[in-house]
Order: sequence, then structure tokens, then C-alpha cells
Amino acid sequence: MTESTALYDIPGPHARQRHLLYGLASTAVLLALAGWVLYLLFDTEQFTSAKWTPFAYEGIQELLLRGLGNTLKAFACASVLSLALGAVLATGRLSEHRVPRWISTLLVEFFRAMPVLVMIFFIFVALKVQPLPALVAGLALYNGSVLAEVFRTGVHAVARGQGEAAYALGMRKAQVMTYVLVPQAVRAMLPAIISQLVVALKDTSLGFLITYEEFLHAGKLIASNLDYDLPFIPVVLVVSPVYIGMCMLLSWFATWVARRERHSPKTKAVDVAPAEPRTLLPGQQ
Amino acid sequence: MDVLTDNFSLYGKGFLGTVELTVYSSALALVLGFVMASFRVAPVGSFRVFGTVWVTVLRNTPLTLLFFAVMLGLPRFGLVLPFELFAVLALGCYTSAFICEVLRSGINTVPRGQGEAARSLGMTFSQTLSTVVLPQAFRTVIPPVGSTLIALAKNSAIAGAFSVTELLGTYKPLSELGYDIVWTFVWIAVGYLIITLTISALFHLMEKRWGVAR
Repeated sequence: MTESTALYDIPGPHARQRHLLYGLASTAVLLALAGWVLYLLFDTEQFTSAKWTPFAYEGIQELLLRGLGNTLKAFACASVLSLALGAVLATGRLSEHRVPRWISTLLVEFFRAMPVLVMIFFIFVALKVQPLPALVAGLALYNGSVLAEVFRTGVHAVARGQGEAAYALGMRKAQVMTYVLVPQAVRAMLPAIISQLVVALKDTSLGFLITYEEFLHAGKLIASNLDYDLPFIPVVLVVSPVYIGMCMLLSWFATWVARRERHSPKTKAVDVAPAEPRTLLPGQQ
Repeated sequence: MDVLTDNFSLYGKGFLGTVELTVYSSALALVLGFVMASFRVAPVGSFRVFGTVWVTVLRNTPLTLLFFAVMLGLPRFGLVLPFELFAVLALGCYTSAFICEVLRSGINTVPRGQGEAARSLGMTFSQTLSTVVLPQAFRTVIPPVGSTLIALAKNSAIAGAFSVTELLGTYKPLSELGYDIVWTFVWIAVGYLIITLTISALFHLMEKRWGVAR
């Protein structure tokens, strides 16, 4: 870890001793902080049995599981649709014809600049759509246009000789794309694509705001129940590890794919993207 | 059209609310992100672990969940603050994780030889940092910081659903007043476009002025 930084030399024995001291002191401070939070939790009576018994009821468990199922359903629909939309928009942006290029550029730039929540609310309130389709449509529009940019960058990232060689062999543009450029681009961009799906998974929780009965909504229902002594903190302690765990699993998968693709002989002619959502200013490139 | 002219003050209030939220949260996110980035590149192990945990957890937390926990959870501990402050706290902490990663990768793009050369000239740590490493890192992080802050401005819409005055929340009183809902949203969209495009233009300008010539 210290190998690749310009900030300091590899520490010697004295410095290492000092660092150990700092390390111990800061660990003590952090532990004290954690202890304080724990004390606060106990002090405000968050661990009473009244607040935790509801989780032992089958009905509550079913409610939570149904919520989780709805979250995953929205995620599945949104990711499939956004991948499809991304492919269509990327095709448009890479087109040689002016009109489809302009239209898809306009769409991509607009949907990327708009908050997802505004789109979801617009579809939900103005078009009077059911919560699930509204959520899925909003997520698909936003993530689809981001994915379109990812696909496009991927195609541009393939070494120029690849396309030129394919044209020299007499392939047509569609053939060059489908046989040569797109397969390599998708491989290279797979980590970025999966990371964008993590964003979609996180944003399914926006469904909570339009009363879609997803995981957080189920949590809210339990938390606002007076019979169980308003178990708000217990609900957060149950819901957030599940959400964070799901997203982390997907993020780790993206990192794993990135490492795998980087060593794959099939990505020799293209740089594999890091496992992060793309951060590109609107109107750039 | 008359949705805007009739309710200019309402829209203006929402617009200013979003701008305020964005500015304050950006400040918090930049400061916290810088602190966390310095933790993550520190030679002390426990700092690194803390920074890594902070980033990993917050980057994988849905922002709605964070808002939910902060807005409705912190009051349970007797911490009662105005909603705006809670929103700034949630948005700032969430975005700080992304800023931290951007800054860290910016620092890591500075070649090791730069630091070694600075040290062999007898520069102290703070001199190396302030005259050699950070200026170079700053140049490379302008565009990614810009897009992170744009994402923050867009994410601030979530605060509206938690009773903070901001742009998206204006649709509710307007639809109750019976205005055309589509036009209401058109003007909300225009408001967000103004904000995001302004940030974008600002960072393009900075990029042109200080960015690395490629």
C-alpha cells in the first residue's frame, strides 16, 4: 500500500514505532466513539424486548421478505430495461446518420442532467402511472442513458486498428460493430456496467417515496407501529445491513469482474474500465 | 406558462432551497471527503481502515435509506435539529465517500518520483504536500469532482420528500392549486437544468484554466 504513493517514503523503524503509537491512540478513540454510540443505544432503550419481538413474528418477517422481493423485482425490471435502452441509445449515438445521432444525444444529455426522482415523480404524478412502472421507467431512463454513454466510451476505447482491420477485410459497419467492436467494448466496460447496476439497485429505494411497497416501505410500516413501541432504530439496524450487503455484494462482483477481465487475453486491445460508476461531466467528449 | 409567472416566489423559494442545500452539502462533502482521503492514504493502519470502512459503507448505502435513518433516527437520540441541517448532514456524508475516492485516485496519479524528488531536495512533508503533490492532484480531480457535485445537486431532490423546502417539493402545492401538472414539472426540470449546467460550466471553466493539457 505504501509502495505507490508520492506522499512519504517507506517508514523506517522509528517512524513505524510512531505510527504504531498513533494507530493505538486512534483505535482507542474510535473504540470509545463506538462505545458511546452503543451506550446511547442502550440509554435510549433501543434494545428492549418490546422493540425487538416483532421481528420474531411470522407476519412481520413475511412483510419484510415481500418488501425485499418487490425491491429485487423493481431492480430486475429496471436493469433489463436500462440495458436495452442503453444499447438502443448507444447505437443511435454511434450512428453515421445525423438525425438519430442528434436525437439520442439530446435524450442522453437530458436524462443524465435530470434527477431520477424528478422523472419518477413526473411519471407517477403527471402521467398517473402505478408506483412500480413509474419507478422502473424512471430508473430505466436514467440508467439507460448513463449506460449508453458507457457503451459508447467502450466502443471508442477499442484500439483503432481493430476496426480498421475489420473494414480492410471488407466487413460492413454493422458487421464491424457486432463482430469486432461491441464484444470487446462490452468486456472492457463490464465492471462499469455492473457498477451502474449498483446505482440502480440503490435507487430502487426511491420507490419508498412514491409509496411503492418495497423493502424500506415495509420497514417504515413496522417502525411506525405503536404496539411495538415504535421500533425505529431496530428497523434501521435490520434494514440497512441487508441493503448495504446487497449493494456491496454487487460492487464486489464488479471489482472481481474488473480484475478477471484485466487479465483476460480477450481484452488486449482495449483498456478495462475500473469498477466504478462513470463520472463524466455532462457535455464532455 | 402562467404556472411560472403566477408562482414565481414559490418556484424561487424552492430553487433557492435546492441551491442552498447543494452549496452547504458540497462544502461539507468536500471537507469530509478531504479528511477521509487523507485517512485513506495515511501511513497509520487504523486511519486507513476507518477511511475504507467509511467509503465502502456509504457508497453502498441507498441515499433514501440514509435520509430515512438520519431524519427520523437521530431525533430518537435526543438530537433535534432543523430538517435542513439533517438533509445537509445526510447529503454531505453520502457525497463525501465519492469525493474521497476521487481525491484519493487523484493523489495516486501523482508519480512516486515527484515526491521522492521533492524529499531529496530537502522539502518537509508539508512542503511536499502543498507545493508538489496537491497542485498536481488538484488538476486531475477537477472533472470528477464536478460530476460528483452535479450528482449531489440531483440527489438533493430526495430531501424534498423529507419536508425540506426545495425545488421538486414545489409540485405539491402547485398541483393542489390546480395548475397543469405537466407544465409544473417542466419548470422544475428547467430549474434543475440551470443548476446542473451551471456547475458543469463552472468546472469546464476550471478545467480549462487549471486542468492538465491532454
